[in-house]
Amino acid sequence: MVKNILIVGVGGQGTLLASKIMGAVFTGLDYDVKVSEVHGMSQRGGSVVTYVRYGEKVFSPVIEKGEADILISFEQLEAARWVSYLKPDGIIITNTQKIDPMPVIMGKAEYPENILEKIENTGIKIISAEALEIAEAAGSAKAVNMVLLGMAAKFLHIDKEVWLKTICDTVPEKTKETNIKAFSDGYEKAGC
Amino acid sequence: MKKLLLGNEAVARGIYEAGVKVVSSYPGTPSTEITEFVAKYDEIYSEWAPNEKVAFEVASGASIGGGRSFCAMKHVGLNVAADPLYTMSYIGVNGGFVCAVADDPGMHSSQNEQDSRRHAIGAKVPMLEPSDSAECRDFTLLAYELSEKYDTPVLLRLSTRISHSRSLVELGERKELELKEYKKDAAKNVMMPAMARPRHAFVEQRMADMAKWAESCEINKTEYFSKKRGFICAGTTYNYAREAFGEDASYLKLGMVNPLPVEIIKDFAKNVDTLYVVEELDDVIETHCLKNGVKVIGKEIFSLLGEFSQATVKKAVDGFEAECITFPEDIPARPPVLCAGCPHRGFYYAINKYKPYVSGDIGCYTLGAAAPLSSVDACICMGASVSALHGYNKVRGEESKKSLAVIGDSTFIHSGITGLIDIVYNKGFSTVVVLDNSITGMTGHQNNPANGFTIKGDPTSAVNIEELARSIGIKRISVVDPFDVEEVRRVVDEEMNALEPSLIISRRPCALLKGIKHAPALKINEDKCIGCKACLNCGCPAISVRATADGKKRAIIDKNQCLGCGVCTYACKFGAIEK
Repeated sequence: MVKNILIVGVGGQGTLLASKIMGAVFTGLDYDVKVSEVHGMSQRGGSVVTYVRYGEKVFSPVIEKGEADILISFEQLEAARWVSYLKPDGIIITNTQKIDPMPVIMGKAEYPENILEKIENTGIKIISAEALEIAEAAGSAKAVNMVLLGMAAKFLHIDKEVWLKTICDTVPEKTKETNIKAFSDGYEKAGC
Repeated sequence: MKKLLLGNEAVARGIYEAGVKVVSSYPGTPSTEITEFVAKYDEIYSEWAPNEKVAFEVASGASIGGGRSFCAMKHVGLNVAADPLYTMSYIGVNGGFVCAVADDPGMHSSQNEQDSRRHAIGAKVPMLEPSDSAECRDFTLLAYELSEKYDTPVLLRLSTRISHSRSLVELGERKELELKEYKKDAAKNVMMPAMARPRHAFVEQRMADMAKWAESCEINKTEYFSKKRGFICAGTTYNYAREAFGEDASYLKLGMVNPLPVEIIKDFAKNVDTLYVVEELDDVIETHCLKNGVKVIGKEIFSLLGEFSQATVKKAVDGFEAECITFPEDIPARPPVLCAGCPHRGFYYAINKYKPYVSGDIGCYTLGAAAPLSSVDACICMGASVSALHGYNKVRGEESKKSLAVIGDSTFIHSGITGLIDIVYNKGFSTVVVLDNSITGMTGHQNNPANGFTIKGDPTSAVNIEELARSIGIKRISVVDPFDVEEVRRVVDEEMNALEPSLIISRRPCALLKGIKHAPALKINEDKCIGCKACLNCGCPAISVRATADGKKRAIIDKNQCLGCGVCTYACKFGAIEK
């Protein structure tokens, strides 16, 4: 049985580090793992997606519509954009932060209102948090990825210590403390 | 030990284990990280070359010199390196020589979607195509064996999904190899007509020999399950077909995509009821099957465009689509934009006052074509901004003087300088702007010949762009700070009006570079802001206009994004944007 996790956000928000840590955690647990990333142009403030798949044997590196078990979203509009990739019983873990895309900034399009409510109305379960505020309180706005990773970890039934060790092995020494705190705060938040 | 590696990292590992001595590349998504990972191995000499042709030639020379060598580039980069490729095919190798070329189906970060298998066929060299990171390593090692056994450069074809996916790789040890003896051999290494004629015959024989090898090699393999349907695939399409149909079909996975086998395909065709060819981009394998009398279903159901997935393959074959939830409203697009604090924004914002014709180039600054800046008129390929502007100016004459070429520092060195020489030599009057941000930006920050650092970050000689321009005969040279919008306007106006070649260097480092100090985020003075939205014309992702506490619409600056560049202050007539 292959589990599919979609990580989406806005280029520059740190989605790649989140997927890297996830990949390392699943590898450490002896799963077959594939992680697919997008580099290059779309990283410049565009909509970005990373696919994380693990199980006994994984062939394709990508996740398609209706296939994801968990959608981790770094921004509300991106949750809406990628919701069609979830299985009907999938869950969304999302940051409540809103970042206007250029068409909205220019007044050519409207940022939809009450996005999370509208998604919930389709029957999808959402766990949300003000990840940016939590990250800032932990010491850095850049640690949004750790907050969301912490929230997701709660639903992946993998020992918290495994995550903490992997984070320590991956992030630079001087950001360790902030990242661990952000992860732990996210982990607690998801339990509420 | 098994490690989770990016496809590009696994190629680098293969290079390391194969005992490669010299690596020279030019960055290009999705191939860049191969060489970045190679640079971490002290046993290998690595470098960023000014362009792909130079990289390919450096690797060619290293091979002639007796060491194993490598170069990497993106698909369009191989066009630049095609000249040496087609002749190195004749010369062959001394030390093994492998070139990785990364295609970008779906154009995540490219200007076209060409299929580099065409170059393997054209140059008559073998091409291997891995389907995951483990094969990236294994096929790299195999490529060196083939290169030396068959006296040929070998192409390793990657794609975005292979290069930028992580999967598990079993690591091996590096094999240190002695340099092969160098013996002067003009008949093999000097390609002039008398020598090249027999070498062409050699090339044809080599490819015939390799076609025989293709019939029995382990990397062209069949997997039989249900024989109702058979899928011929290669690289990433194997993953998609295998995921989509599991054990309800059989598979012929081709690890070598040039030359292609005939007998294996015929045999597979006999064993399955219906035969499909699943290949992204062109119909290379399909054409080969048809030429050899094997009936297949290919591009009649599979697209010539874009990337595939398990879902697209399943839909094409079975008409099956997974059920999915849809968000009940239109979702605004989120195209990539110039970052907040990007020096290119200041330049574009400034020149938009004159609405010039802007001949664009390849890099982050191509994003200046997007609204609201919408500054760029054309973008062809690396370096074309300069030469194509010269052509534009020649055809339209002096009345077209309100025009500029914009090109990044790395792209200018890559192939902009030759166009500039053309302008001077042929008495043009074009105005060329080098947007010098001290780094190769879009591909993720690589050092280049103009910034004074090597691939390993060691200080080195830096090309002085002003002196370079002066030495080729440009008399009008100016340097501006793109955050000084008024000064940019003054200089651009003056240079566009001058009817002789001029070079403007718009100089400020990339906002994302480490160690760059930024000003504090700017603030909106709510008493002064009337919500006119003029500041939105900068196209900065950090500014938006929304209803504020008293219900009136005003500009809002996102303090997490704003780097205090101040370009927006030039847009505000009311002085409402403050430090």
